[in-house]
Parts: sequence; structure tokens; C-alpha cells
Amino acid sequence: MTEVAVRLEDVRHVFPGEPPVEAVAEASLEVERGAFVSLLGPSGCGKSTLLRVLAGLIEPTAGTATIDGESTVGQPGLAAFMPQRDLLLPWRRVEANAVLGAEIAGVPAAEARRQATALYERFGLEGFERSWPGQLSGGMRQRLALLRTFLMPRDTLLLDEPFGALDAMTRREMQEWLEGVWARDGRTVLLVTHDVDEALLLSDVVYVMSPRPGRITARIEVGLDRPLKTGDVTTAEFVELKAAVLEALGSE
Amino acid sequence: MASVPAAASVWPRARRIAWDLTPAVLFLVALLVGWEIWVRARDVPGYLMPPPSDLWQAFLDQRGTLPGHTRTTLTEATLGLFFAAVLGVVLAALIASVPFARRVLYPLLVVSQNIPVLVLAPLLAVWFGFGMTPKVLIVVLIGFFPIAVNTADGLLRADREMVDLVRSMGASRWQVLRTVLIPSAVPSFFAGLQIGAAYAVIGAVIAEWMGASSGLGLFITRSQRAFRTDQIFMAVVLIALISIAFFVAVQLIARFVMPYRHVTNSTN
Repeated sequence: MTEVAVRLEDVRHVFPGEPPVEAVAEASLEVERGAFVSLLGPSGCGKSTLLRVLAGLIEPTAGTATIDGESTVGQPGLAAFMPQRDLLLPWRRVEANAVLGAEIAGVPAAEARRQATALYERFGLEGFERSWPGQLSGGMRQRLALLRTFLMPRDTLLLDEPFGALDAMTRREMQEWLEGVWARDGRTVLLVTHDVDEALLLSDVVYVMSPRPGRITARIEVGLDRPLKTGDVTTAEFVELKAAVLEALGSE
Repeated sequence: MASVPAAASVWPRARRIAWDLTPAVLFLVALLVGWEIWVRARDVPGYLMPPPSDLWQAFLDQRGTLPGHTRTTLTEATLGLFFAAVLGVVLAALIASVPFARRVLYPLLVVSQNIPVLVLAPLLAVWFGFGMTPKVLIVVLIGFFPIAVNTADGLLRADREMVDLVRSMGASRWQVLRTVLIPSAVPSFFAGLQIGAAYAVIGAVIAEWMGASSGLGLFITRSQRAFRTDQIFMAVVLIALISIAFFVAVQLIARFVMPYRHVTNSTN
């Protein structure tokens, strides 16, 4: 039997206000340990809200959220969370930004630096360790934010549209690159995206959400041979899967 | 290390600054020359308006007494600014972190700014005598407000999402403060300190008018009684130079503390 790393059960969330906004109507999902799972949906469907629930930043109105069996409600820090904006700290050099999460999690500074040094090349940041974030390009900033997430000593990664702010070409490059990096890492990943190709290219399983108030409308097993290249988006199996996803997206 | 290219870029920078300042300097020189000619041509008495060339002589004549007065004023301004910074930061931390403190302190702080602090100088002289203490207190009272308000603003306007990010990493309150809130507030703190520094020297000098045993303010009042207008002008120039030095010092410290604010984009 496979182990479940991330679980959402009947989560509902209403943001208080005038009028209150129901972001998520009902969502349940499971991510197996070591799997790469995407949560796909249109903008504003509450997928980011679900991720923030798992990151321990939002207490859901109803339902339970657990990571490795522990409730994330009011308990941040169980997973490595990467928000949409890179949120690099401008007053820290690249090397200090990279180890921020590790530092807060209590990894000894020398150990965190050693791990970071081993990864700069893979993340395309070699030679920029002493630069300031303000000196990096958009793609480099995003890779640094990913590196910061990777360096947190957590088994589960929560990625919120990590490539949303990048141009189409950099984005394709980064998707292919992430596939390679993740394949060598073996951690559990839950990725939130509104890009169908991105979800199919990277994931083992895709959950599809409806527009607000969001609910999960489909669970699609991808089951393509890995690693995929961005060129594979034109193969027959890929197109078939894409049709299924698009139908699920449009079924509401 | 990054210090190598930084050092290499100092000279072109200095040349650019010099070039930028040239028109202002030329204008100033023209003013001084005009003043000199006018005073000499009209034979204006020296106790009313000395020619600028007399100021240098006044400086040389007072060489013996000036260092002592200058030291006193500098010490008052520096100590005052230091304690103003400490008080400002403590108040800012209270305002930003304790909502109740914000409701109590903020209105009082704003109202307190309508009290003309310099008018308190005679009162402080009654309480603390003619030494440095009342002058330092005046400088603190003038300087802490811009520092407190700016720093509190910086703390309160820290990026919520950055705070959330470090919270998602499991950060404690102290870690949030250390990694995000304090660094976010540092630029605002320096903006406040810059304003405080501009007032510090003037504040100390004026406080000395109300009674002092040493200081440039005392030197001015003494010169006034002796109708030594040349000495007053000379002291004014000296005070202006000290004020400029304060301004530059704060800028340099800010630059040192926030090196990331002074990098140019090396990649696109």
C-alpha cells in the first residue's frame, strides 16, 4: 500500500468580509509520497487558497488538511511552500536567500551553505552567489526561489504557479528543467497551475478544479513515460489526455 | 569580493558629483565676490556687515577657543541624535507591535510636535543647569519624532507576503522580526535619522543660546554682545559645515548598512 503524504478532506473556505467570498466549496485530494501532483484550475478558483491551507497560513472554514498525518491548521512549517511571487529578500545576497528556509528550520548554517553550494550549478546560479536579488533576471529569481524551497528540510513541496510570472519561452525551459531536478530529488510535490500543458508535462496525477467557488471536478492519471520533453505535447497520448482535462475544465 | 568594482567606480562617481555641483559652487563664489565688492565700495561698517574676507581672519583669531566650543556642540548633537534614535526605535517598535500602544502613543506623539521644543530650553536649564544635559535633551526631543514615525511606518508596511513566506517556513515571532520586519524598516529608519540629523546641530546651537558654559551657540551670543559680527558669520559657516558633515555621515552609514540599495543591475 502506498503512503499518503498530503491529504485534504472536505475542505471549504469562506473569506470573511462584506460580502463573504466562498473561495473553495468542497475539495478533497490525496497525494502519494514521492508523487508529483498538479492542481489545475482557472484563475480565482481557490487553488492557491488550498495550497495556503496546506502551508498552514489559512485556517479553513471546514474540513481537514494534513501533511504526513499532521494537521496543518494553525501549524505552518510542515511543508516547503513556494508562493507565486518569488519574494526574495532584497537585503540578502543570493546565498543568504537560498538558505533562508533552512536557516529558519534550524539547519546549522555551515550545513545549509554546503547543501546550497552543491546545487547552484543545477539551478543555474553558479557565480551569482554573492549577487543581490535586484541584480538577477526574472528566470534566475524564480530558480533562486525554487532553490530556497528545495533547501528546506521538508519531504513535501507546495509550489504555487512557480512559473506564472515568466515569459512563455523561459517558462518551457524551466518546466523541462524542473522535471529533471525533481526526478533526481524524489520528494512529494503538489503544484498549483492554470497551464494545462504544464500540469500534464510534470505530473503523475492532475486534479481539475471548477471556477469559484472551487470544487474538485476530476482526477486524471497521466501515466505517460517519463521524462517528457516539451516537444511531447504533440504526441497522440498527450493530446488525448489534454482533451480529457479540457473537458473536465469546461464541464461546469 | 564586490568591494573591488565598487572601489573602481568611486572616481568617475566623484567626478560626476563634482560636475553636478559646479554651477552651485560658481554661483556661491559670485555671491561672495559681490558681497565683498558691495561692502567695500559702500564702506559698510564691519559690525553691521563684514566682508567675507574678514571671516577667515576671525577664524584665525579665535583658533584657540573654537575647538572647545565646537567639541561641546558636536558632542551635544551626536549624543542627542543617538538617544533620539534609541528612543525613536523603541517607540516605533511599541507602536508597530502593540495595537494598544499605537492608540495611546500615536495621537500624543503627533500632538507633542505642536509644542515648540526650543521654548522648553529655559525650563530644562532650570532643571538641569547650564551643562550639556539640557542641550542633549533638546536634540532628543527634536529628533526622536521623525525617527519614530518613519520607523513605525517601515515596520507596519513590511510586505505581508514576505511575512507569510517566513511564517510558512515555521518562523517564530522573533524570526519574523529578524528576517523580514527589521530589514524592511531599516530604510525608513534612515530616512527619519536623516531628518533628525538635519535638526540636531541647529537644535544644540539654539539650546545653547538659553544659557551655556561652552558651545558654538554661546560663542555666537558672546560675539553678538561684543558686536563682533564677523565672528557670528564665521560661526554660522562653521555650524553649516558641521550640519553637512552630519548629513554625509548618516548617508555613509546608511550606505554601509544597506549595500543592496546601491547596486546597479549587472544582468537584465
